Amino acid sequence: MNRVEGRVKVTGLATYAAEYPVEAVAYAYPVQSLVAKGRIAGVHDAAAREMPGVLAVLSCEDPPRLAEDADAELALFQSRDVAYRGQIVAAVVAGTYENARAAAAAVRVEYDPDDHDVALRSGHPGFYRPDVVNPDYPADTVKGDVEAGLDVAAASVDVTYSTPVLHNNPMEPHAALAVWDPEGRLLVYDSTQGTSPDRDTIARTLGLPREDVRVVSRHVGGGFGSKGSTRPHAVLAALAARAAGRPVKVALTRHQMFDVTGYRTPTIQRLRLGADAGGRLTAVEHVAYEQSSTLIEFAEQTATPARVMYATPALRTAHRLVRLDVATPSWMRAPGECPGMYALESAMDELACALGMDPVELRVVNDADAEPEGGLPFSSRNLVMCLREGARRFGWRHRDPEPGVRREGEWLVGTGVAASTYPARRRPASAFAFVRDGDYVIQVAAADIGTGARTALVRIAADALGVPPGQVHVELGDSDLPEAPVAGGSMGTASWGSAVVRACEELKRGDGKEGRADTTGEVGNDARLARHAFGAQFAEVRVSSVTGEIRVPRLLGVFAAGRIVDPELARSQFIGGMTMGLGMALMEETLTDEEFGGFLRRDLAQYHVPACADVPHVEAVWLDEQDGELNPMGSKGIGEIGIVGTAAAIGNAVHHATGHRLRDLPMTPVKILSRF
Amino acid sequence: MKRFEYARAGSPSDAVRRFRPGTMYLGGGTNLVDLMRLGVAEPDLLVDVSRLPLDVIEPVGDRLRVGAAVRNTDLAADPLVRTHYPMLARAVLAGASGQVRNMATVAGNLLQRTRCAYFQDVSRPCNKRRPGSGCPAIEGDHGNLAVLGASGACVATHPSDMAVALAALDAEVHVTGPGGDRIIPMPGLHRLPGEEPERDTVLEPGDLITAVELPASPPGASAYRKVRERASFAFALVSIAASLDVGSDGVVSDCRIALGSVAHVPWRAERAERLLIGGPATGAAFLEAAEAELDQARPLPRNAYKLPLARNLIVATLEELAP
Repeated sequence: MNRVEGRVKVTGLATYAAEYPVEAVAYAYPVQSLVAKGRIAGVHDAAAREMPGVLAVLSCEDPPRLAEDADAELALFQSRDVAYRGQIVAAVVAGTYENARAAAAAVRVEYDPDDHDVALRSGHPGFYRPDVVNPDYPADTVKGDVEAGLDVAAASVDVTYSTPVLHNNPMEPHAALAVWDPEGRLLVYDSTQGTSPDRDTIARTLGLPREDVRVVSRHVGGGFGSKGSTRPHAVLAALAARAAGRPVKVALTRHQMFDVTGYRTPTIQRLRLGADAGGRLTAVEHVAYEQSSTLIEFAEQTATPARVMYATPALRTAHRLVRLDVATPSWMRAPGECPGMYALESAMDELACALGMDPVELRVVNDADAEPEGGLPFSSRNLVMCLREGARRFGWRHRDPEPGVRREGEWLVGTGVAASTYPARRRPASAFAFVRDGDYVIQVAAADIGTGARTALVRIAADALGVPPGQVHVELGDSDLPEAPVAGGSMGTASWGSAVVRACEELKRGDGKEGRADTTGEVGNDARLARHAFGAQFAEVRVSSVTGEIRVPRLLGVFAAGRIVDPELARSQFIGGMTMGLGMALMEETLTDEEFGGFLRRDLAQYHVPACADVPHVEAVWLDEQDGELNPMGSKGIGEIGIVGTAAAIGNAVHHATGHRLRDLPMTPVKILSRF
Repeated sequence: MKRFEYARAGSPSDAVRRFRPGTMYLGGGTNLVDLMRLGVAEPDLLVDVSRLPLDVIEPVGDRLRVGAAVRNTDLAADPLVRTHYPMLARAVLAGASGQVRNMATVAGNLLQRTRCAYFQDVSRPCNKRRPGSGCPAIEGDHGNLAVLGASGACVATHPSDMAVALAALDAEVHVTGPGGDRIIPMPGLHRLPGEEPERDTVLEPGDLITAVELPASPPGASAYRKVRERASFAFALVSIAASLDVGSDGVVSDCRIALGSVAHVPWRAERAERLLIGGPATGAAFLEAAEAELDQARPLPRNAYKLPLARNLIVATLEELAP
């Protein structure tokens, strides 16, 4: 089955947020802070106001009214304090984008700067234990005695890894178009991963009843979490439109996206693992150090995968946070699992080396039948089958474990393995199914952020109704449709699909004309079980002994993610995640500017994501996993697990190729050369 | 973006005639237009020279004349270039992406500006962009900046691949300008930053590149190799254009080495070449020559890796070229 909106996308007819044609539209362009910390002494905008086409200047000098409890990243112009370089401190509204931008450059903001502190570093005196980590996990857990477990271990590792600031970089820059009607109701065309929660946040921020706000987002060019919560551009569009008395568009530049649409926190992670002579873990300790802004406590759940992965009598996980003069970190594909599993799965490989044990076997002997922290049984867990199937397909049994001995000319060759995991959750959603002109229409405020959600929901509804997919039409991307959660946390399809199935069932059960569903009760009654998808990733790398370049000729992922709704869409999600994981392993890195604050390398020429030449052969397959404890489709989310484990598999392969362990991402030629 | 005027030149002399302070010539626009969007370049007048009849590649005796407006894609695909100057074709194809190469011109490639992060960000100081404002790269992000020939005022690198090959090939740059026509030998077009990092080249205001002329190709085998962490569409960490000719007696009779992404100019490794010519074509000799060349380097903490990288690259490339 082809992607439902494929034709309109490839022919350029799909309309994205910034593209809606509106009469008398104006444009707002932000002015961003040039200091990382301080206070705004004054905003001098007289020159800007005289410039061609300028309609309004917004700033803290005459702050627009917002809700007092507005999210601090969205409370535009409410404070004179500057929390980070790049923060939006003013904006100009003009009749054209070019005039708005030119006038924004003429706004002079005077600061009383303070000394700033922008660098995450080990031993920072500001580290503290947050109350919870995202979304609501305990920051620390302890089970058994880690020190005793390490004391009795036949082999142990005590290793520290670090990961850099990473940016989501969806293809479509964040954009919004805000239109107020004469009754004071607001329509926002936004690029968002969820119109219902975006509507709620915009309404709350502006102090409006949510009935007075509508968000439309029919096509979204990627998000990876950066569009998972409302961003300041949407609030700015609404404020600017009110100030100008005209509809206003805000389209962020790539540079501005780096500043105000979130990023993955850098991490420093210490892992201590011990195992007996048979490889069975005697202790696991995972401590993650990470950053947030002075505005908001955003605590990435980096050490939580250790609470899920391996059976151990002693387990300690902990998170420490430091508040720096930086933008607030945010959601990026597999928050928590992605950086955390990089460290845990690298450490497992180091432990396998210390034991002289095959890394696949080490993972197999430590398989768990219940969550090691908390003891909840798994609804299904097929990690071992993924490892076995991957090893078979990859030709793992021919592998010589000796590191640094395979050479083809100047190229050192090695292979590595790592496990993947991601929670399989769902949230309440509602949907409406009805008959129109003999076809079936499904309405749900879901979001298709490029994943193919529309197509997946057509399939799910067609299955539930027992009709051909061609007879089903899905309407999504509009907060006026039945309320639905965000496309995030790999919960979209599971949540929306549950409601769609129930609505279709309702339609069939009733008059055959329409059916409504709200899964709040159903989801609330889900049995208490540990629900996770698992996977295994295998990488082959070639490392040049001349240049330090690392190439990855082969990546294989084997996943157990419940029933796969649409094989083509699933493959795209898996290999997309793996490709992004390869980027994390080898090239992606945003530098923090310690001198001036803010970030450096804020464009796609400097922030490298993989090109086609970097991924000649990425293969993803999946097991036929049956799990009746998930949702009516029997599916687990697949949007994020693909990125989990890739960087570790590549790093482990680099060690196997070279004999050198690089514990600091990304693994660049620079770092390789320093070891040769 | 500042308002500007646009004019299309009817001929090279017409372009020069239109030139006044604040004018910039527009070729493919792949770098200049980006810099205008960023506010780094703020011309009052753009004189479009991309449609001048300077898009021809033609043999002139045993030389090859490449028009300034020839697109990078066409240069790399030209049968004469591929046959006689494969190093140049490889260098061009190592640069940018297919889409960018379709637009970019020969002259524009030579005159592209550094990709130093500070140069491209008008909210931060940069001596090249705003003379006298300082160079934060020296203490900050200089990981891909210069190790050779830099100054206290600027550590930028020239980003071109094509220019590295042209430097190795002893190309000549043909220029017309208010002062008449002249010929500038490569690698002399570009200059080291010194105390005037705002000047990338020796061109005078109003000078317009009309062609690049290649002398007969150097004897022996040649190569272009580019090192980067992403397999395509990335600027070099270090690149090399090299040719080597070894006589039947095992003695090096001709050798050209140029390095990219190590200096404010495409860096011709003359010291290494002098040491090699007349000597044995052995790994030990290659290493000695490479180290002699790199003795002049003054690396910074985060770009010191370029020295072992350049050394390895010189040795490995020459070993591959040696019979």
